[in-house]
Amino acid sequence: MANVLAFAETRGGELRKVAFEAVTAARKLADASGGGEVHVLLAGEPGIGGKAEQLGRYGADVVFVAESADFAKFARESLAATLADRAKAGGYRAVVLGFSAQGRDLGPRVAARLDAPIASDVSDFTVNGDSITVKHPAYANKVITSLTITGSPVVITVRPSAFTAAEAPKSARVETVQATPASGPTVTVTEVKEGAKGRPDLGEAPIIISGGRGLKAKENFKLVEDLADAFGNAAVGATRAVTDDGWRPHSDQIGQTGRQVSPQLYVAVGISGAIQHLAGMRTSRTIVAINKDKEAPIFKVADYGIVGDAAEIVPALTAAVKEARKGH
Amino acid sequence: MKIAVCIKRTPDSESRFRIAASGAAIDEAGLKFDIDDFAGYAVEAALQINEKSGGGETVVYALGPDNVQEPLRKAMSMGADRAVQLRTDTVPVDGIAVAKALAAELKSGGYDLILFGKHAFDTSAGVVGTAVAELLGLPCVTAASQLSIENGKGTARRELEGAAELVEFPLPAVVTIDEGVARPRYPSLKGIMAAKKKPLESKPAQLGPVRVTVAKAELPPERPAGRIIGEGAAAVPELVRLLQTEAKVL
Ligand SMILES: Cc1cc2nc3c(=O)[nH]c(=O)nc-3n(C[C@H](O)[C@H](O)[C@H](O)COP(=O)(O)OP(=O)(O)OC[C@H]3O[C@@H](n4cnc5c(N)ncnc54)[C@H](O)[C@@H]3O)c2cc1C
Ligand SMILES: Nc1ncnc2c1ncn2[C@@H]1O[C@H](COP(=O)(O)O)[C@@H](O)[C@H]1O
Repeated sequence: MANVLAFAETRGGELRKVAFEAVTAARKLADASGGGEVHVLLAGEPGIGGKAEQLGRYGADVVFVAESADFAKFARESLAATLADRAKAGGYRAVVLGFSAQGRDLGPRVAARLDAPIASDVSDFTVNGDSITVKHPAYANKVITSLTITGSPVVITVRPSAFTAAEAPKSARVETVQATPASGPTVTVTEVKEGAKGRPDLGEAPIIISGGRGLKAKENFKLVEDLADAFGNAAVGATRAVTDDGWRPHSDQIGQTGRQVSPQLYVAVGISGAIQHLAGMRTSRTIVAINKDKEAPIFKVADYGIVGDAAEIVPALTAAVKEARKGH
Repeated sequence: MKIAVCIKRTPDSESRFRIAASGAAIDEAGLKFDIDDFAGYAVEAALQINEKSGGGETVVYALGPDNVQEPLRKAMSMGADRAVQLRTDTVPVDGIAVAKALAAELKSGGYDLILFGKHAFDTSAGVVGTAVAELLGLPCVTAASQLSIENGKGTARRELEGAAELVEFPLPAVVTIDEGVARPRYPSLKGIMAAKKKPLESKPAQLGPVRVTVAKAELPPERPAGRIIGEGAAAVPELVRLLQTEAKVL
């Protein structure tokens, strides 16, 4: 039997989806290790403790609350130190975080502080005695590796959406802990720029509409935006050709050196389907391609391809999707 | 400024991969290798920072067997001043083991800035740089998509989910480089000639214990062959029908 510690990620005073996924993964890991407890560190700005009860709903036995004004601005050194100190105090089998912008930063820090091995971007795992075997997509999703990790504790960052947050209600015990201050020089946040409002994040969106150079001009991304609006819950992505030209910010880029996504539906508009782009979206459940060149490689992976001019097809599709969704 | 850049030798990302007979690695036969993509951006970023400030030194590091000397030479042909190989027989997938060896070496280097790639193409892990920072007690910006160094102080941008963070940090510091900071230059003929005479030191690595190993490597399942359903706006009703009845996303 072994206990597992999860990190509950927050932003703007709210728990993020990956927080619940980390708790769910931790629950699974604790069960697989003989049924230990799931402890959660909820570290955030003053008042964050009010969210502890929500974590119980996903199977947390104990929630440790660390409040600090610095945490509102992602005081990464102090967050990592607080998480590592809790991990040391609790003698856990594993520390689980989301493989998000925060988790990518905190995971390696905590592993270094604990001198623990770390596995990143884990989509599944099994526990076999003293070792844990994790599934991790490597080579930009082109090779799926199973990694064996020995030693305890281990740090695991879980791939967003790989562990669907599952309710397993408990009335979690809440304890307050001190935030550990940074012991050296730190990174300071001077500003947080919020992206387009009202759209889901690329990593979480069930539907993604992406545009490429075939759109011809920055203004024509409006066609892609309109189609995303017609679907209602869609995010907008782009190719590197487009982010290089400054039509869209780099954060919208999908592919090997951008975001890796697996939505239910991926619509590629004016995208050739270069191997580096495919690396970021080929695991999408359904792929639609609109391209004027019937030889474009994107058609090799598209479940449904339409050959033709995006400027003509996309508005027609937008209208048809609006019509189909009437009443939603 | 004195800048260190850690680079990894990885296969060309455009390669078609096969699994080796062991079932736990890729088959390296016939693959081209190069500096890993993000570390290549980091080399370029270092060169640009030193070119702008009109001086300094850029030193590249790679941990691995003798085949890492080739990417080290390439970085010198781009403009790095010298290179250090930390010799091991193999390169473990254990990022903390690698980080310890690099940190032990970089500790006494007197660097103002230490750059890494956001993640290596092969491991796709993103561990080594941030772990080195923590081991050395240096401030670290993980996955910077913009970076500028002025008056002994750094500023950077980091992409978050649906937002971006602008940060400031004192030097010395570690930064792991995302795309967007700089696109690597091609080595010039002059650069290639000059690199042959630049110093490349090789010494044994102080690798930590290796606790992460590859048990199995598999290719992801192939997608079924694509299908073109029609041409022009006339095909839209059929697409909508398929999205409703077959894909059930509408
Ligand atoms: C190391 C490395 C990393 C990379 N990482 C990424 C990455 O992360 N993401 C990424 O996307 N790329 C990446 N690339 C770049 C990649 O190789 C391609 O250059 C890029 O994806 C091409 O973008 P595109 O499809 O928008 O443009 P193009 O390849 O130029 O394709 C445009 C397409 O639009 C079509 N078209 C033209 N006009 C119309 C029209 N009127 N209607 C409909 N279709 C039209 C054309 O037929 C063509 O197929 C990377 C490259 C390298 C070397
Ligand atoms: N063997 C190595 N030698 C030198 N640098 C490395 C090595 N492995 C990783 N790095 C650096 O660390 C970054 C992140 O690697 P990783 O943590 O494996 O994703 C790479 O982009 C390189 O900058």
